[in-house]
Amino acid sequence: MSVAPLARELAAICGDGNVLTHGDQLRTYESDALLHLRVRPELVVLPDTAEEVRRVVRSCHEAGVPWVARGAGTGLSGGALPVEGGVVIVLSRLRSILEVDLPNARVVVEPGVTNLDVSRAVAPTHFFPPDPSSQTVCTIGGNVAENSGGAHCFKYGFTTNYVTGLDLVLPDGDVVTLGGKEVDRPGLDLLGAFVGSEGTLGVATRVVLRVVPVPADTRTLVAYFDEMEAAGQTVSDIVAEGIVPGAIEIMDRLSLRAAEQATAAGNPDVAAALVVELDGPAEECEARTAAVVALCERNGASGLRVARDEAERALIWRARRAAFAAMGRISPSYYVQDSVIPRTRLAEVLGRIDELAREYGFPVANVFHAGDGNLHPLVAYDAREPGQAERAEELSGRIVLACVDAGGSITGEHGVGLDKKRYMGAMFSEADLSAFQKLRCAFDPLQRANPGKVMPTPRLCGEVPGPYRQHPLEAAGLAERF
Amino acid sequence: MRIERPESYAEAAALLGDAASDGRLVRPRGGGTKWNWGAPAAEPDWILSTSRLDRVLEHNVGDLTAVLQAGARLADAQALFAEAGQMLALDPPLGERDAATIGGIVAAADSGPLRHRYGAARDLLLGATVALSDGTVARSGSKVIKNVAGYDLAKLFAGSLGTLGTIVEVVVRLHPRPASTATVIGVTGSAEELAQAALSLSQAPLELDALDVCWESGRGSLLAQVGGVAAAVRAARIARELPLDASARDDDGALWARQRERQRSSNGVVIRVSGLPAELARALALAERLDASLAGRAGVGTWWLTLSPSEPDAVDELRRGLRPFPCAVVDAPRDAGRATDRWGPSDPALVRLSHRVKERFDPAGVCSPGALP
Repeated sequence: MSVAPLARELAAICGDGNVLTHGDQLRTYESDALLHLRVRPELVVLPDTAEEVRRVVRSCHEAGVPWVARGAGTGLSGGALPVEGGVVIVLSRLRSILEVDLPNARVVVEPGVTNLDVSRAVAPTHFFPPDPSSQTVCTIGGNVAENSGGAHCFKYGFTTNYVTGLDLVLPDGDVVTLGGKEVDRPGLDLLGAFVGSEGTLGVATRVVLRVVPVPADTRTLVAYFDEMEAAGQTVSDIVAEGIVPGAIEIMDRLSLRAAEQATAAGNPDVAAALVVELDGPAEECEARTAAVVALCERNGASGLRVARDEAERALIWRARRAAFAAMGRISPSYYVQDSVIPRTRLAEVLGRIDELAREYGFPVANVFHAGDGNLHPLVAYDAREPGQAERAEELSGRIVLACVDAGGSITGEHGVGLDKKRYMGAMFSEADLSAFQKLRCAFDPLQRANPGKVMPTPRLCGEVPGPYRQHPLEAAGLAERF
Repeated sequence: MRIERPESYAEAAALLGDAASDGRLVRPRGGGTKWNWGAPAAEPDWILSTSRLDRVLEHNVGDLTAVLQAGARLADAQALFAEAGQMLALDPPLGERDAATIGGIVAAADSGPLRHRYGAARDLLLGATVALSDGTVARSGSKVIKNVAGYDLAKLFAGSLGTLGTIVEVVVRLHPRPASTATVIGVTGSAEELAQAALSLSQAPLELDALDVCWESGRGSLLAQVGGVAAAVRAARIARELPLDASARDDDGALWARQRERQRSSNGVVIRVSGLPAELARALALAERLDASLAGRAGVGTWWLTLSPSEPDAVDELRRGLRPFPCAVVDAPRDAGRATDRWGPSDPALVRLSHRVKERFDPAGVCSPGALP
């Protein structure tokens, strides 16, 4: 099918220069941060306003063409991968901060605003807690679609806990407002269902976010261990003491080496580094820091450093955040995984990952959000060697399934996208998937929004299942449908 | 009216499936403490009681998670969690004889003072298992505290008042109980002073567990709870700095129990307002004018106003005065409740989309029809 008429229509809406149709221009949008998957879209459109987005979606609906909304393209699950024959709607030009309402702790933004710019807009008194490692570039629209997490989620929660409302363009081009500045509104929580729906239910054009006061005090420390088990035990002990750190992260030897090469943060060559950040009122923070230091020592930490100032704190975090990108320094290619396990199974699952790594002969580095059991095993391989990519992917898949076997999840923050939909069946039954599909079909019965993602196999929506029969009471005007 | 008490999730689902094929209306019921909320327009044919699905299936102490059947009483579950120094940070009023069940609390999206720090029921759910009217049992979410696989149906069902199906099990995140707590109480006869003091506390980095207000007959209080190892010291400092007649006390359990009860009434009309923190002064002024009492979350912006049932127009006046905030009638004496519009005006586009969701989950329209707008 030719998309030329649609291209002309979109150009009429957004301007000639904002519709891309040529090979070279389209290449930029072939993939997100999951670089090995590429699909060339037919068209890329860059609207400037929410109204343009609505008209673009409506035109796609009328033309029967599927589309994928895209922010900065930092996603790691192929969620923003274009669909064959479809349109990519790029939201990065909708980047206005529409309102800052500090008395009510709300910020209203367009979807193309970056995560870090939200915190900047409310500094120095407030901040926006979800903080994915890509926060300097990733956009709020993408964060909403993926229900993004970050290092501070264990204490503060995820994107979904901070979105109080949004304007949504449905896949047929209708507009609806979910939630608002207020929380706990009566009615179905469609907002809660939308956040994390990975672009399959529509596209948000205006988002209301909750922000929180910056804690009075913050202490960051890093402890080094010669055994990974000791680091894991320390995490368990901290949690058992009733301490909820702002962040609690572990890096293993391989990721430490990579990060050290990239940042020269001064980390020694040890089996594990544990980064703990404690925040809150000064007295609590001080007491919690003392308790955490004592637990690190009790578990035999070979070194420990409490950041004395903001510069030292930034250095500790730079090493942690650089871990992914730094892997490029020690391996030509790597595959990042994002599975979750119950924290108490940490030692057991890490042992299993080691076994698998040996079996496949690839090094696997581990960086993880230890508080919430969210592992990011990085499988290092060389894509130039024939067969390695496939085997690395297979290993990665076996790690995911090992996490599910331990009672965990296939994804903690990166989303299912295209990459992990094949594992959905390991977590969910046919009845579960069919319930997901009911929601999908209510929002997008023609499945034009990001089709082929999340669900493991294509499913039709059909008409509303089981022809609706009016209940006698309803007919008599005695009962309402809902 | 027939009461069914399934003993398994499959039985509950089969019951809903039968209801759909026979065109029987079904309402789920836990402790029955919020039975009149949402007020379906018609009596159900069948009541699906969760009384035999009442167990705490898992309390994973080290992971701070728990799996509860819908009919488990929150009070019982909390007693169990407390043995390990933990809690489910959800503290709504529990009704007569503490009968409220976790399923009912989640389905009604009820919450209490801890909402300030820990969020609503939706925020504490890690997963939910639901029985649907197509006869299936569907699970969403997971048992770990971080998961983004699949749609978040647990949130969709939280607050759905049984209109999409029946919640049969939930997985929740737990929190450590604070080492100690203390509460600052500030009293005043000025609604404006109260609102101002509450707003300034809500913006301060105090990490409060709860921040509530109450107002009745021209006098009000601000209640701020702190928890931790230094709770008493911190509360004393907040009390000193608060521009109200303030004191701090560490024996604060009864005080918060009373505050929770202000969200319910057996003889008044209770309206839950989803407002905003900076608009508390407006709500207090309106409460004064309508001779209503007010209790609620100052930092969240959610308030419960209790009106005398003898003032039938007061609900409308309150809605006009607090526009555009949603004002939902929760408790109402039987006669007053029948005549009252429970939800007030709704956005037609949102209602349309909600109905589309309802049609997909319950095409036969047998699950608690009429309960939501």
